[in-house]
Amino acid sequence: MEEIFISTFARSLAFGTILLWGALGAVLSERSGVVNLGMEGMMILGALAGFAVMQTSGNALLAIAAAALVGALAAGLHAFVSITLKANQFVSGLALTMLGLGLSGVLGKRFEGLPLFTQLENISVPGLSSIPILGKAVFTDQNPLTYAGILVGILLWVVLFKTRVGIQIRSIGENPAAADALGVNVVLTRYVCTMLGGALAGIGGAFLSVAYRPSWTEGMTGGLGWVAVSIAIFAAWNPLGAIGGALFFGGLYHLQFRLQESINPALLKMMPYLSVILALALGALRRKSRGTAPAALGLPYQRGQR
Amino acid sequence: MIAAPLVEMLGITKSFPGVVANDSVNLELRAGEVLALLGENGAGKSSLMNVLYGLYRPDAGLIKVAGREVSIRSPLAAIGLGIGFVAQHPLLVRRHTVAENIALGMRGSFWNPVPKVRSKIFELSKKYGLEVNPDAPVWSLSAGEQQRVDILKALARGAKVLILDEPTSVLTPQEAEELFKVLRRMKLEGEGVILITHKLDEVMAVADRITVLRKGKVVGSLETSQTNPTDLAALMIGRQLEPVRASAVQVGASVLRLENVSALSDRGVPAIENISLEVCAGEVLGVAGVAGNGQRELIEVITGLRGVTAGLVMLEQTNLTNVNARVAADAGVAHIPEDRLQMGVVGNLSVAENLALRGFETPVFSNGQFLEPAAFESFAQKAVAEYEIATPNTQTPVRLLSGGNIQKVIFARELSTNPKLIVAAHPTYGLDAGATAQMQRLLLERAAAGAAVLLVSEDLDEVLALSTRVAVLFDGRLMGVVKRDAATREGIGLLMAGRELVTV
Repeated sequence: MEEIFISTFARSLAFGTILLWGALGAVLSERSGVVNLGMEGMMILGALAGFAVMQTSGNALLAIAAAALVGALAAGLHAFVSITLKANQFVSGLALTMLGLGLSGVLGKRFEGLPLFTQLENISVPGLSSIPILGKAVFTDQNPLTYAGILVGILLWVVLFKTRVGIQIRSIGENPAAADALGVNVVLTRYVCTMLGGALAGIGGAFLSVAYRPSWTEGMTGGLGWVAVSIAIFAAWNPLGAIGGALFFGGLYHLQFRLQESINPALLKMMPYLSVILALALGALRRKSRGTAPAALGLPYQRGQR
Repeated sequence: MIAAPLVEMLGITKSFPGVVANDSVNLELRAGEVLALLGENGAGKSSLMNVLYGLYRPDAGLIKVAGREVSIRSPLAAIGLGIGFVAQHPLLVRRHTVAENIALGMRGSFWNPVPKVRSKIFELSKKYGLEVNPDAPVWSLSAGEQQRVDILKALARGAKVLILDEPTSVLTPQEAEELFKVLRRMKLEGEGVILITHKLDEVMAVADRITVLRKGKVVGSLETSQTNPTDLAALMIGRQLEPVRASAVQVGASVLRLENVSALSDRGVPAIENISLEVCAGEVLGVAGVAGNGQRELIEVITGLRGVTAGLVMLEQTNLTNVNARVAADAGVAHIPEDRLQMGVVGNLSVAENLALRGFETPVFSNGQFLEPAAFESFAQKAVAEYEIATPNTQTPVRLLSGGNIQKVIFARELSTNPKLIVAAHPTYGLDAGATAQMQRLLLERAAAGAAVLLVSEDLDEVLALSTRVAVLFDGRLMGVVKRDAATREGIGLLMAGRELVTV
């Protein structure tokens, strides 16, 4: 029993890492008031960039940096359209998703089916891995990017809620006019948050193509970007909640593999999406009286306009 | 030696496509004084102050702060020069605490500056008499408290000059008096205050000097002690304006009757509780109270936009409890809504179409399934002439009209069917003096002709001038109904703040 629990937890965490990086990116971007539905596009571009660099150079650090850069640049495009040009953020984000899927398909053709000669090896954290149960479930034989993702989540929480910059970011997401009137640079802050969010999403993609399933196939993110977006909502835009949400949805994906002998796999495939809808509905009911979405989410800011 | 004025604005000109908002305006603010910037809507007060706060760049002119010529390119630059701005609607993050709002954008430490800011808040609160709890979330504060937070925000940044934009429009008379006390404390500390307003009694009460703007130009700069409200009004409007006041009316039979009505707000909490009141033909019942004390829900219950949880809404012999808006309108309820653009008109439809919104299904405007454009047009022509609606033509989208003209379109439409009951919510809010007088006169004319009028307004002077009786709402409860002759500003103000009526 303990064995099953530990392995389920550990595998959920591994799969959840893809979702975690994407969800953290969405949390950061949306806390500043910019909706980014381009998560799927940024993740797949990150996945391709990460795989391509890893395949040619064999340097994992370089691969992750490339994925982050590509994710940030893609998000920068979304930022330009939605912050500077003040276009509809939802449409721009959707366009980014389609652009990312299409572009990665074209550019990725020559990487299809290639193997990776070096791997980003799993590691165990010395000391922490000997804690009973928890050590085995969390700190044993996981990818460095899994540990890093949890660390980044905690760090993001500290930044958002415990620092000066955090107040700025959250205030801009709630009421950019109030921040602007106090001389806080709304445009710059939103750009930085959106692009850093894109970088996190890109790393999530790279984890998929470099570590979790070391390969490149067209459309390999398979909708995970959308799940990441909904985890951000489900977690009420709290990075710590996003860690839990990623673990939960990672668990649902893992359950697919476990249950496929007894339940029709087509039904199981639907499960994550069904549970996204269910989780969002439950979350919405819980918060009906006190909405938690940043009040200015999705609204372009124009000085002097009510 | 005489110290240089805190602020001098010389020859400021600012134009927008089609309008000159400020035409070589001069303005001077000295240390230790309250300067009133008086003018109608669109006179250019706000754009002048936006120039001073770095939100607009002037086309011409220069600004001196403490005798030194400066260029103010952003709010940050203005804050750096010791200029603070308190907007009409507080610019606060509602979900954050008071301290977080004040800490927002402060330089210095990497970590959350809230602990440091808290002690600063206590210090400033004591110095200026601005009491507020630093740890309270802003959404839980009253309008007056939110305004204090906005003022504290400016003071915590070392403001020597404070600009207040229509600060009393959201306050009870008592809260306004509290604010004036704070302003007097600031004067003693040698700070300067610019008070943007169009309320004359306020100017007389608190200002040392007055600069009057009309159509973008300064038409007078005077000492308060050398002038009086009548002269100021003439200067501000450019002509004499008769004050509108209700004359004695013949009150007829009961038209609207509410019996023990309770209803919930949008958030599902009780918004009005156990309200019983009556409005008779020929009568104007004024409802006073700070916004958010159940006025909106009361109006919506009567106009068929909100269901009740208990009680009865009767229009003469018709039961209007829990009916929809169409039934209420057909029964004879006219509704002048609070939010003109959102609820009063369809912005992208033409003036003519908006005027016909109430009756477009009736035989005059439609013939079976098809609309009759000619009927729309002739009705619109008549309304435009009768209500003096300033519009290029009847096909102009209504959103392009000014606030006053949009309100005239709404009045023309709502009054066209000779309603038995007129429910008017903040009918003159944000209108200039001319349009205000016209709307007020229309309501009184209709009352004199036998309609019952329920007037909800935050402007206590308006309520007292027009009403036969005044009802006060606080926290969803009816605090009392007072006959006009017995109503005083102070008495109503106490009721608005939730004190029970003490009968002597």
